[in-house]
Amino acid sequence: MVKYQEQLDRTFAALVDPTRRAILARLEREDGASVSELAKPCAIKLPAVMKHLDVLADAGLITRSKVGRVVTVRLAPEPMREAMDWLRRYERFWSSSLDRLAAYAEGKESEMQEEDR
Amino acid sequence: MTSLTLVRRIRARPSNVFDALTTPEGIACWWGPDDGPVLLAETDLRVGGRYRVRFRMLDGSEHESSGEYLEVVRPERLAMSWRWAGGEEDPGESLVEIELRAIAEGTELTFTHSGLDNEETRRSHEEGWNGALDKLERHFLATSERSSL
Repeated sequence: MVKYQEQLDRTFAALVDPTRRAILARLEREDGASVSELAKPCAIKLPAVMKHLDVLADAGLITRSKVGRVVTVRLAPEPMREAMDWLRRYERFWSSSLDRLAAYAEGKESEMQEEDR
Repeated sequence: MTSLTLVRRIRARPSNVFDALTTPEGIACWWGPDDGPVLLAETDLRVGGRYRVRFRMLDGSEHESSGEYLEVVRPERLAMSWRWAGGEEDPGESLVEIELRAIAEGTELTFTHSGLDNEETRRSHEEGWNGALDKLERHFLATSERSSL
């Protein structure tokens, strides 16, 4: 559980930065991009992009593979999925609780209407 | 995504819905994400009073949440603070607000749970990663649909 929590912390920490979010959004559109391609639209220098990629890789959000001199970066969805599941656990909790609340209140209502008759 | 709003239309008058939300007998019948039992339900229904609910899920895990009633206006409105008890999962305190509106068929319940994020995610939320996350979410949904085929 601690490990899971650490993973969440890393995921959210990685998502704090707008450049990193832009990189992730781009990788979502294009299935894999080279580091130099990723650096092109950024108003920042290649070494800074490399640092951002390190953070994303540490968080497990991307994978890097090297063929010759070209490093290809790809999105790794699993940690993001876990982060979203974490955010959604409340939705699961309340959605099913409220359904049962509604059923219970409707049962009470019927009882009262029986009594009124 | 850091707050959650749900709306339910319920065929019962607002006072019945309000009582289901706030009495231990009522809470024992619906609280929790699955059909596991509510083990304990205590409510001190007044502003500043506290509630505490413990439940067991079907997987055997037990969870407890508690908080303070912040607004109690029967049968229209209820606001309470919310915190999971103990454990390293504790994301801090959040806010639950429930509005009950009388409609022809009974009650429209609007439920909001806000402040669901810890400080870290709150910061990132303010910086607007929601949009990016939504896009990624679509991607993952598409991926999981593919993989389930």
